[in-house]
Amino acid sequence: MRWGVLQFPGSCDERDALHACELAGGEARLIWHESRDLNGVDAVVVPGGFSYGDYLRAGAIARFSPAMEAVAAFAAEGGPVLGICNGFQVLCEANLLPGALLLNESMRFVCHQVDLLVEGFGGPGTPKSFQNPDGQLSIPVKHGEGRYWAPEEMLDAIEADGQVAFRYAPGQNPNGSARDIAGVRNEAGNVLGLMPHPEHAVDAMTGSTDGLRIFESVAGIAA
Amino acid sequence: MTVGTSKHRELGLTDAEFELICEKLGREPNGVELAMFSLLWSEHCAYKHSRKLLRRLPTEGERVVMGPGENAGAVDVGAGYAVAFKVESHNHPSAVEPFQGAATGVGGILRDVFALGARPIAILDSLRFGELDSVRSRHLLDGAVRGIGHYGNSIGVPTVGGEIYFEAPYEHNCLVNAMCVGVAKQADMVRAAAAGVGNAVVLMGASTGRDGIGGASVLASAELGDGDEAKRPTVQIGDPFEESKLLECCLELLGKGLLVSLQDLGAAGLTSSASEMASAGGVGIDIDVARVPLREADMEPFEIMVSESQERMLAVVEPARVKEVIAVCEKWQTGAAEIGTVTDNGLVRVLREEEVVGEMPVEALVDGCPLYDLSPAEPEGWIYGNRATLDSNASAEETLLALLASPSIASKRWAFEQYDSIVGSRTARRPESADAAVLAIPEADRAIAISIDGNGRRVACDPYAGTVEAVLECAQNLACAGAEPLGLTNCLNFGNPEKPTPAWQLDRAVQGLADACEALSVPVVGGNVSLYNEGPEGPIYPTPVVGMVGELPAPGLAAPSAFANDGDAIALLGPFEPTLDGTELAKQRGELDAGLPQPDVVAVAAACAAVRAAVRAGRLASVHDISDGGLACALAECAIGAGRGCRVDLQHLRERGCSPEEALFGEGSGGFLVSGERGRLDALADEGIAVLHLGKVGGSTIEVAAGDRSLSISLEVAGSAWRSLGPQAEHDGA
Repeated sequence: MRWGVLQFPGSCDERDALHACELAGGEARLIWHESRDLNGVDAVVVPGGFSYGDYLRAGAIARFSPAMEAVAAFAAEGGPVLGICNGFQVLCEANLLPGALLLNESMRFVCHQVDLLVEGFGGPGTPKSFQNPDGQLSIPVKHGEGRYWAPEEMLDAIEADGQVAFRYAPGQNPNGSARDIAGVRNEAGNVLGLMPHPEHAVDAMTGSTDGLRIFESVAGIAA
Repeated sequence: MTVGTSKHRELGLTDAEFELICEKLGREPNGVELAMFSLLWSEHCAYKHSRKLLRRLPTEGERVVMGPGENAGAVDVGAGYAVAFKVESHNHPSAVEPFQGAATGVGGILRDVFALGARPIAILDSLRFGELDSVRSRHLLDGAVRGIGHYGNSIGVPTVGGEIYFEAPYEHNCLVNAMCVGVAKQADMVRAAAAGVGNAVVLMGASTGRDGIGGASVLASAELGDGDEAKRPTVQIGDPFEESKLLECCLELLGKGLLVSLQDLGAAGLTSSASEMASAGGVGIDIDVARVPLREADMEPFEIMVSESQERMLAVVEPARVKEVIAVCEKWQTGAAEIGTVTDNGLVRVLREEEVVGEMPVEALVDGCPLYDLSPAEPEGWIYGNRATLDSNASAEETLLALLASPSIASKRWAFEQYDSIVGSRTARRPESADAAVLAIPEADRAIAISIDGNGRRVACDPYAGTVEAVLECAQNLACAGAEPLGLTNCLNFGNPEKPTPAWQLDRAVQGLADACEALSVPVVGGNVSLYNEGPEGPIYPTPVVGMVGELPAPGLAAPSAFANDGDAIALLGPFEPTLDGTELAKQRGELDAGLPQPDVVAVAAACAAVRAAVRAGRLASVHDISDGGLACALAECAIGAGRGCRVDLQHLRERGCSPEEALFGEGSGGFLVSGERGRLDALADEGIAVLHLGKVGGSTIEVAAGDRSLSISLEVAGSAWRSLGPQAEHDGA
């Protein structure tokens, strides 16, 4: 299993993601944003941070990077892609995932542990699909632009289609996300994005190991 | 160019200083030179009113890798690694423009740490504002918290701890002190001394603009007052993305061994970084301002030399490696320009292409500023006034709730949840979960604990004892985490040193700092002085902010501060002899007065060692030091944090001669509130530690028997008081 973790100028959590990938099994390497070559990796992580400073709109510039062009092609061929926080924002901007992430309802950055309900993110009938971890995961959020938003019809459609991967547990929605949505997958089921940070929940010393199950699940689809 | 005699006064130089400059140059300085001298001879850069006092501080220790004089201090943590740290103020910029002031305060202290070759791994902040019922204080608090979050979150360095106090004397002059901690491979570390005649001087990072001109002299070295709005252009603007690239770029350059030395550009910009690098290396430096990348093409040489544009670093590079350096900078999309040369003439020369526009001996610039003796005089009694907000007839319950709801004591969750506290995967204890921040250092197979403290009100009551207490508070916080102190940094925030009262406060505080550090054997490895912190009503509370870093064998050893199990025994450890002097209660009752009991440093140090050993041995289920609001507030914090009540009897404490009120709400150094299995706590007593059994964990109320001041409060009621800092802190004015 070989993981690739994108690195943009302004990425913050890329080393944490590398570490999480290694814990989930296999080797992991950084992929520089200017590289069009993913070096034959089996799965890609688009990590958290503030790519290119995110001064325009989170993820709006990163989606045009050479590495993201390669990721789009990789995803189109069924390659597993996990976008975390800023990575989720980039994947939405790149239209690899439905919806958008807006400023938190509080207009403030928020950092704390939340419980996530796993809705299920296996793609419909695709041989390659994520293995759903069961139940509830304790994972931290830390973001200023994490309010998931999509038009009502799109929300209805992705719910009907099983594309809602995670919801915040009742009463724990930290940012005003529509229908408590914390993460979504694409139609095919090989691209997954979420605002919470599973790479910061891989070690009991720092709070929780629940995030590891998401990385293991991504590894499962690549296998 | 001749300079009118009034010009130097506008720039903050005295007539005598101006004459001394003329004498050293053998002529009158031109405009460029005068601008440079005025900055380097400012209090902010020259420490002219504090340097003599600072010589009292102990700076040596076995573990010290770098001490005062470098960009930051550093201590050895084993396996070839060092931990670098420093605290610095950005008070006046934050008082004028809190968001950018606080943001660039964080940016500046980060650069100090990565200038050594250390990767920043933690930020802590120490903030002081006026009372929260003032619109101005809420505006400053909101802006500063947003600014710290903006910079720290964006650059990917966790903000893991800090403290906030609200006191009227900070109304006009808030304090924003930021501390950064980094970890470095010792082999990759560099010093800030320029070396190698003929080597190139390379300016990296952002281009240079007109922002922050005169920040060090106009803002940092004079009192605030009317017309501060007009000083807004002297505040710098921060760009964390630029700094993120610069940080990665510098660490890559140092890792590849491409730099001879590195220095950040902070106060006084190019002027101070070039002069200080030359001074430290005993060399000269030529700077060609025509080669400095500019934001505005028509900038004057003096503007280029004094600009405080952020996110810039100055490096000395061997000529053969300049190309490689520039290639790494290009990879990180960060600017790089060769702007000068290291020379052997002992001069800082400012050139515009061929033309020499300034030429000054390095020695005169950096070390020529006269150092002043202070004229301290102890004021008579309490000079800061009193404002009663709590009736002295209030019941014990009402009193405890009023203390818990005090913004200085209440949970700071509202603030710290706006900060990323976990990026980097090192944070083993998040804010408010333990008394100190705890971070893993897997490189050296151990962990560090960090604390930052400084209760200005108590220092105002007694500058000596209050400062000793600030050091002890840090040591106690570290002991709670099972950590042994390695080194200390400090930021001395005081009023105008040319006035007798602030001078006396500064003198006594530095002595307290020196004596406490000696007694604890903790070296001072760096620090910062911020003077002239005054508003129209007078000086701020004298506020020495102390940052301490310690080590522990593993991150998991640190005990939580909240109670852990129902049925656990609760005990008081340590030489705690509380009084009401200088307490939060005395403040609320409007009974503040000069004077504090003198802490017994030796006894507190012994208690710290005992607690540290007990924590490391896993004997304590929880440990929390007793600080603001006394034992009753400490009990409430342990209970609320755990969601578990407690039932305690303070009879034994009263046997030490405390009144019920002193036992409940009195403050002082040396107290640890611990919980755990009764047998394990008894075993501590067998080892010679004073263990005072107080009661048990359990239930849903906080019940304290204290004679005629006994109290019983439900967890829910106490919790909602303690968690009340939030909506009212939101900025409600323009």
